[in-house]
Amino acid sequence: MATGLHKSDFANPVIRWVDARLPVFTMMQKEYGTFPTPRNFNYLWNFGALAMVNLLIMIVTGIFLAMNYTAHTSMAFDSVERIMRDVNYGWLLRYAHANGASMFFIVVYIHIFRGLYYGSYKAPRELLWMIGVVIFLLMMATAFMGYVLPWGQMSFWGATVITNLFSAFPLVGESIVTWLWGGFSVDNPTLNRFFSLHYLMPFVIFGVVFLHVAALHITGSNNPLGIDPKGPQDTVPFHPYYTAKDSVGLVVYFIVFAVLVFFFPNMLGHADNYIPANPLVTPPHIVPEWYFLPFYAILRAVPDKLGGVLLMFGSIAILFVLPWLDTSPVRSMRFRPLARPFFAVWCVTFLVLLYCGGKPPEEPFVTIARVCTAYYFLYFLVILPLLGRLERPLPLPESIARPVLRGGGPLPAGAMGKPMEKA
Amino acid sequence: MSGFPTLRALALGLGLIAAGPAFAAGEEVELPNTRFSFEGLFGHFDRASAQRGFQVYKEVCASCHSMHLMSYRNLRQIGLSEAEVAAIAATVQVTDGPNDDGQMIERPGRASDRFKSPFANEQAARAANNNAYPPDLSVITKAREGGADYIHALLLGYGDPPAGVQVAEGLHYNKYFAGHQIAMPQPLSEGQVEYHDGTKATLEQMATDVTQFLTWAAEPEMEERKALGVKMIIFLTILGGLAYAVKRKVWHDVH
Amino acid sequence: MAETLAHPAPHDGETRRDFLQLVAGSFAAVGVGAIAWPFISSMNPARDTLAVSTTDVDLKPIAAGAAITVVWRGKPVFVRHRTEEEVKAARAVPISELKDPQPDQARVKKDQWLVVIGICTHLGCIPLGQKPTDQRGPYGGWFCPCHGSAYDTSGRIRLGPAPLNLPVPSYAFTSDTQIRIG
Repeated sequence: MATGLHKSDFANPVIRWVDARLPVFTMMQKEYGTFPTPRNFNYLWNFGALAMVNLLIMIVTGIFLAMNYTAHTSMAFDSVERIMRDVNYGWLLRYAHANGASMFFIVVYIHIFRGLYYGSYKAPRELLWMIGVVIFLLMMATAFMGYVLPWGQMSFWGATVITNLFSAFPLVGESIVTWLWGGFSVDNPTLNRFFSLHYLMPFVIFGVVFLHVAALHITGSNNPLGIDPKGPQDTVPFHPYYTAKDSVGLVVYFIVFAVLVFFFPNMLGHADNYIPANPLVTPPHIVPEWYFLPFYAILRAVPDKLGGVLLMFGSIAILFVLPWLDTSPVRSMRFRPLARPFFAVWCVTFLVLLYCGGKPPEEPFVTIARVCTAYYFLYFLVILPLLGRLERPLPLPESIARPVLRGGGPLPAGAMGKPMEKA
Repeated sequence: MSGFPTLRALALGLGLIAAGPAFAAGEEVELPNTRFSFEGLFGHFDRASAQRGFQVYKEVCASCHSMHLMSYRNLRQIGLSEAEVAAIAATVQVTDGPNDDGQMIERPGRASDRFKSPFANEQAARAANNNAYPPDLSVITKAREGGADYIHALLLGYGDPPAGVQVAEGLHYNKYFAGHQIAMPQPLSEGQVEYHDGTKATLEQMATDVTQFLTWAAEPEMEERKALGVKMIIFLTILGGLAYAVKRKVWHDVH
Repeated sequence: MAETLAHPAPHDGETRRDFLQLVAGSFAAVGVGAIAWPFISSMNPARDTLAVSTTDVDLKPIAAGAAITVVWRGKPVFVRHRTEEEVKAARAVPISELKDPQPDQARVKKDQWLVVIGICTHLGCIPLGQKPTDQRGPYGGWFCPCHGSAYDTSGRIRLGPAPLNLPVPSYAFTSDTQIRIG
């Protein structure tokens, strides 16, 4: 494109002046105003927007908490309690941040499961999906380091156990762990670097989320039918249709969030984390935060140290290659009668793993966790690749508008957006 | 929409499973559920009970247990007057300084001082208590599974060990303590304190009062939190209704 | 915007929707405003900061003509034991000559004891004049080396860019030889 001012269509002279020099308004209008979006989203498509809002809440509450937090082993615990007691609304900031992490994972898990069910990872959205997995990994790292900051018993022992995972690697393991700690055990240098990184990571996540959304706006959204929009009759402009629909989901999300923060602020936490860290005494029952439990269960399901670590990392790494493991050309499981029950079992498996991860490593939980771990991998490595060949999908509808407009109603009024260029 | 309920159930399941107590501790004794005034949506602290509880703490617990996150000024919140708080604070000697000669000095406590700890450090506390460390009580109800119910039950859980159970030297049998052998001897006994307000100091009464006090100490923000929460939920419910109405209107001509 | 472009809907429905959107929008805006308050409020002094706000000073060791500096709320407070001459000098000045008119009597509780916050009212430097070797400026009180403001023996601004007298903190004599600031 030649240099020169952008031709802006805005009526307001100030907006037009800015837009001609920096077309942010045109961009917003294009990406969030008139952006043609499949008209048949259900409420599960709220969760991307909810995750975005949740990220912003975490960043803002986190910045204000950092103003009163002291990253030193001798003061961290007391400084957090000072926030709870003496800082104006400090309890609100902290409980919103702590429960916000749980909300974030609930939202993101639903977002991921939605993608799995409706085949949102399939061509042409493979990269979009992979960027999403990166976000998930970054979130887990951030949440883990954040949980260390209050320097309670669970903070300390969680940090010890998780950093020790790296000692499983032969030869370099010990050096990596020492390097992570900045010493010979989890101590003040560890706390300091975790605080630094915990502050940095959300901004990295924000950047990757930007890429996630940019990729989404190239391919366009998937939808419950999993078929591409054929023309303007299949889409509506993002605003006001999906801004309005997302707002409904957002309020419901806030209600759940508020119930947690104001009435059950410690329900998802662990009582032991209100005991200051003690490097000489491990609590009788150490468990990670609930959102890590499925992966923790996979770790413990393997009797071998290195094997457990590899399998745990593998359980997430496998998501990167999922777009190529699932060989079915049909995206939405609504039209995959065979895949649906297998997926349902996989979801139950995930929840059972979550449950087992919170239980002590004794029978019958160990055996159950092993069976579930086996199915977890079987589903991705064997069932999905085979199903694509064996399954006879149901006939796909001709277009998105067709099943909705049974009886040939009038064309939707909001269908005048630019037709989508599909890959 | 055949697959949709699966996912919805999943979403619920995620929340519910996470909520359940995911930590068993061997053979566990069911905690009796005590009704406290601070429970529930509109729960509030019983000021008189919390004040009595403070008296129990001061006269009984404080000889071994610190509450180093609490300041005397905090007592204003459970209804003590400024003068009463100043008088309570003045009964302890606080180390301050150094003064201009470089010496640490002892001065009477002020409202802004933290509760004075019975021992200088953990080692001193262990040395005086047969190597057991009496935990700090500032956030004790948040730091124990079962919270207020557990503390209340523990205080009343002493008794003779069942036949066949051998209690180790220096330990005491308690029904609700993990492992049932606790280093703390039974702290409360009938009529141990003489309440300022004339309430009869039964064992049950003292346990309830001190639990009330400790719960307040652990969560002094609770009343404010719940009150704000109720307003928040009401506001969000109305906003949700409005948002849904707007959504219906906007989508009216598409459906 | 998009909805006008997207909606050739009947006018009646349009206005009803606009009204509804306005109500919902303003409701949401109120919510956002309300939730901003805790964040702003959290940056104000915390309860423990507000509580630690008194300082006791023993006056006995301060000889006539000498001064000490004590810390109160993180700020230096000058406590000066004034000599007879210094008190006289402070009281001899006609009020009308002062930039920030205040009689000396209104600035002290006992004639020989002057207690002021030792922060220049210009831009916040700490004036000289506490140590016997310090320069005290032309009016015998304090002299601010940053921009040349001079204060008299009552801590009043007499010369230079500072607009106001050194402020007197709230304090009380708890005994003949002891004061509590704050």
